[in-house]
Amino acid sequence: MDRIPILRMGRFLLVTLQVDMHDQLALRLQDDLTNAIQAKGAKGVLIDISALEMVDSFMGRMIADISGMARILDARTVLVGMQPAVAITLVELGLSLPGVDTALNVERGMRLLERVLSDGDDHRPR
Amino acid sequence: MATITARGEQPLRNEHDIVLCRQTVRHLAKEAGFSLVDQTKFVTAASELARNALIYGGGGELKWESLLDGIRRGVRLSFEDHGPGIPDLEKALTDGWSSGTGLGLGLTGARRLVNEFELHSTVGVGTRVMIARWK
Repeated sequence: MDRIPILRMGRFLLVTLQVDMHDQLALRLQDDLTNAIQAKGAKGVLIDISALEMVDSFMGRMIADISGMARILDARTVLVGMQPAVAITLVELGLSLPGVDTALNVERGMRLLERVLSDGDDHRPR
Repeated sequence: MATITARGEQPLRNEHDIVLCRQTVRHLAKEAGFSLVDQTKFVTAASELARNALIYGGGGELKWESLLDGIRRGVRLSFEDHGPGIPDLEKALTDGWSSGTGLGLGLTGARRLVNEFELHSTVGVGTRVMIARWK
């Protein structure tokens, strides 16, 4: 069975979503990622979608769900690398990804997480 | 009147077929000369409808046509299933309404992403959604 690799970067986890994921793979990632957050005590998750040429409502919901699950496990999620065409399509589709933080690339996403965590407001409800 | 320059069909029986459907539609959209944004919109609409056909219709098929209308090129897709059908079409085309576990964005979202949209459904027979986009 295929798996999406989850890399550890210091206090954070990095997941790179590849082109044309099938649904089961996306669902398995929810399991793997929440387990990894708990096992490694990660405070932040970066989901890199720069390789994705499209995000439909299923994938969008999966990303929003992961973000929500991570939040409950005391980790922040930042979605990074969205292609402009994907952003345009998502908004027109009606999917605004509420509650999901975004950054232009992995580096900025890391900085965002570091800033948020050092502010110490990571327990403040949004 | 648009002429059909190529046509084909492929099954929508499982998740991998949704991936294949996206690849086919991406290829057709590129061939028709769509911009990257238009390709993305069309592929995303196709992905929503392919998943609908699989989840709600129990599977079906994608029929595609490459179109030429004068100098205008376009692509028409038809997603057909033999599932239970949709009893209330108007309700099904309301944002946020879903009969299943989805977000209810599939049909309405797909409609916003294309130039032409037609929904035909007969309870007990199946559902056919036709979408088209022009360059």
